[in-house]
Amino acid sequence: MKEQKTFDKIIEVKNITKKFDDTTVIDDLNLSIKRGQFVTLLGPSGCGKTTLLRMIAGFTEPTSGQIFIEGQDVTAMPPYKRPVNTVFQKYALFPHLNVFKNVAFGLKLKKIPSGEKKAKGGKEQDVMRKFTKAEIEEKVNRALKLVGLEDYGYRDINSLSGGQQQRVAIARALVCEPKVLLLDEPLGALDLKMRKEMQIELKKMHRELGITFIFVTHDQEEALTMSDIIVVLNDGVIQQIGTPKQIYDEPANAFVADFIGESNVLSGIMERDFSVSFLGAHFECEDKGFSKNEKVDIVIRPEDINLFPEGAGKGQLTGKVLGSVFKGTYYEMEIDAGGYEFTVQSTVEAKPGATVEMLIEPNGIHIMKKLRTVNSFIGTVSGENYVDFCDGSFEINTEVNGTLLEKGTKVKVFVPFDGVELTDDEDDGEIGGNVTHSLYKGTYYQVQVYSDTDEDFYVDTTDEWDLNDRVGIKLDKSKIRLEVIEENEDD
Amino acid sequence: MTELSKSQKKLNKRITFKPSYFSFPYMALCIIFVVFPLVLVLVYAFISDTTGGFTFENFAEVFTSSNLMLLLRTIGIALLTTVICLLIAYPTALILASKPFNKFVILSLLFIIPMWMNFVLRVIALKELFSIMKINNGLFASVIGMVYDFLPFMLLPIYTVLSEMDKSYGEAAADLGANGFMKFIKVTLPLSAKGIASGVTMVFMPVFSAYAITDMLGNNDTTLIGKTINELFINGSTWGVGSAFSFILLLLVFGTMILSNLVGRDKTKAKGGAK
Repeated sequence: MKEQKTFDKIIEVKNITKKFDDTTVIDDLNLSIKRGQFVTLLGPSGCGKTTLLRMIAGFTEPTSGQIFIEGQDVTAMPPYKRPVNTVFQKYALFPHLNVFKNVAFGLKLKKIPSGEKKAKGGKEQDVMRKFTKAEIEEKVNRALKLVGLEDYGYRDINSLSGGQQQRVAIARALVCEPKVLLLDEPLGALDLKMRKEMQIELKKMHRELGITFIFVTHDQEEALTMSDIIVVLNDGVIQQIGTPKQIYDEPANAFVADFIGESNVLSGIMERDFSVSFLGAHFECEDKGFSKNEKVDIVIRPEDINLFPEGAGKGQLTGKVLGSVFKGTYYEMEIDAGGYEFTVQSTVEAKPGATVEMLIEPNGIHIMKKLRTVNSFIGTVSGENYVDFCDGSFEINTEVNGTLLEKGTKVKVFVPFDGVELTDDEDDGEIGGNVTHSLYKGTYYQVQVYSDTDEDFYVDTTDEWDLNDRVGIKLDKSKIRLEVIEENEDD
Repeated sequence: MTELSKSQKKLNKRITFKPSYFSFPYMALCIIFVVFPLVLVLVYAFISDTTGGFTFENFAEVFTSSNLMLLLRTIGIALLTTVICLLIAYPTALILASKPFNKFVILSLLFIIPMWMNFVLRVIALKELFSIMKINNGLFASVIGMVYDFLPFMLLPIYTVLSEMDKSYGEAAADLGANGFMKFIKVTLPLSAKGIASGVTMVFMPVFSAYAITDMLGNNDTTLIGKTINELFINGSTWGVGSAFSFILLLLVFGTMILSNLVGRDKTKAKGGAK
C-alpha cells in the first residue's frame, strides 16, 4: 500500500527555496505531481516556473529543500543520472550533428542490464552493456516516426524549420524513455498556426506514451488547452493548483483570475451569505462563509455579463458603451458602469454611445477573499515612539493598549493599503522600490511594490503606475498599528 | 516633362556614389604592395641567378636534400610550437570562459596585454631571463620563445568560441546522460573546432615563416626556412633561388589554410529558428 502511494507521486518537491544572490525566486514551495499527468507550470515571466523546472532537471540546485523522483531524493543528483529529459526553450540541438545523431546522442551514452549477472563483492549485480548499433537505429527511427520526421535522419539541423527543430528536440528527449518529460516553453518560438498544431500533437503523444509531462508556459490559453493539472505561480509562490476548469471557473484569488483569461476584477462587500454588493448595487451569488461585511475581491468573466437595452428593467447595473471591437465570433465591448470599465463579450453588439442594462447571474459572480488586507512587517521598538523595521527607523506612537512599549520589544507593524503613498521621485519616499504588479479594482489600483529592503508593499492608489517604475514609498505614520509579538509565539 | 525627368535621371546617375568606391584606395594599395610583389616573386623564381634567362634550375636547387631537411625541421618546430600552444591555451580558455571566471575581463586581459608590446623586446627580455636561468640557446629556448610569443593568438580565438557557446548545449548533453567528460568530448570540443582551427592557423603560419625568434634564441640546429630565405636575399646574388623557395613556402601555407578552413567550417551559424 505504501509502495503504491510513493509510486503514485512521481515527483515531490518539498519546501524548495531558491535564491539568486539575494533575490528569492522560489519561496518555500511544495508540489507533488502524479504519474502520467500533463502538468503545466503557468505564470508571468520571472515567476520562477523555469527555475522550478530546471531544479527538477538538475541544472540548478535549490538553496534549501528537497526534490524526490519516485520517492528517491535527487536534490544533489547531477542531471545525467536523473530519469528525466528536457525539451529546451531554444531546442539546444547540437549543430555539429545531423538529425539522426542528435536523436541518438542519449542512446549512445545509455547503459542497460544485459541480462547476465555477475558476483561482485558477494552481491549479484547486473552486467551492463551499451545499445547495439541496430538497436539504436531502430529506436531513433521509431522516435523520428513518432514526431513525423522519418526521412529527415541525415538532414543538417540548420536546414530544418523551427517547427521541425522542435520535433527533433522532442524526439531526442523521448528516445531516452524518460519517466518524466520536461518542456521549457517549447512552443514559444513557433508561429500561431504551428503552435496550435504542436499543442494537439504533444497532447496526443502524452496520451500514447503515458509518461508524465511537465510543461512550462506563460500562455494561459496553451495551459488551459493542454493540461490535466495547472499550477499557477507568481513571485515564486503557488497561487493555485487545479484542473483547467477549476482554475478558470473558480480562481483562488484576484491574481489567478486576472492572469487566466480576461476578467473584470472589482472590490465589493459581502453583506451576508449568498449576497454581495458592489458599485452600489446588490447581487445574488453562490458563495458563503465570509464574515459579515467582509471586503472581498469579485471576478466577473466578460462572457458572463448579459446585456439588455435601456429600460428593459432586467439588469442590475446600467452602463454606457464606450467602444466595441469585433473579434471573429463575438463582440468585445468596453462598458462604463458606475465608474468601472467592464469588458463584456457578447454575440450581439451594443453600439458605442448606447446605454445598456447589465445582468450578472449568481453563477457568473466569483467571490474571493482579499489576498492581503494590510501590509505587515516585523519590527523592534528602538526607543520612545521609534520603531525599527524595513531597515529603517520610523517615528510611530509606541503606546499600545495604554502602556508604553519597552525598548527592544518585538512588534508586528501593520500598515494599511491606504496608509502608503507612492512618490514619483524615489528620494521623496522613505524606502525605494519597484512596481511589480498593478491590478485595477474598479475605482482604484492595487499596486504591489517590491522594496529595496526585500519586502512587498501593497498600496491602494488612484494613480496608475507602470510595471518596473522606480518609486519612493512614504508611510502615513498615523495609520500604522503595532501589535506585540509574544515570545512563546516565536516560531 | 519627360525631358526634365530624363535630365534629372542623368544628373542622379552622375552623382551616385556607391559604397564600394571606398574600397578603391585599399585595392590600389593591395595591388601595389601585395599582388605586384607576389608576381615579382613568381617571375624571379623562373629567372636564373647566373644567366638571367628562363630556367627551372632554381626549383631544383631548392629541392636538395639539405633544404628538404630544413623544410622538415621547420614543419616539425612549427607543429611542436602549435601543439604546445594548444595544450596550454585550451584548458586556460576553458577555465577563463567558465562560470566563476567569465565575469573577470581582467583575467583574459592578462593574456592579451603582452601582445601590446613589441615582440622583439619581449624576446630580448626572454633571452636575458634564459641567460640568468643558464638555459642555452637552442631548440628548447626557441620553442619556449615562440610559444610565449604566439600563445595569445591560440588563446583568443578558442576563448571567444568557448565564451560565446550557448550553455544550453552543455545542459542538453548532461540531460541526455553525458557526464562531465563525455560532455566535453562530444559537445564542447567539437563545437569549439572553429576556434581551434583559427588558433592553429594563427600560430602555425607565423611560426612556419618566422626567423627573428630562432635567430635570437636558437643555434645552428634551429635554422628555419625563414632564415635561409632571408640569407639568400641578403647575399644579393641568389634572388632566384630565394624566390623559388618563397614560392614553395607560400604554397605550403596556402595548403595549411585550406585544411584549417575545412576543419573549422562554421556549423554553428544560422540557427534556423521560427519561420
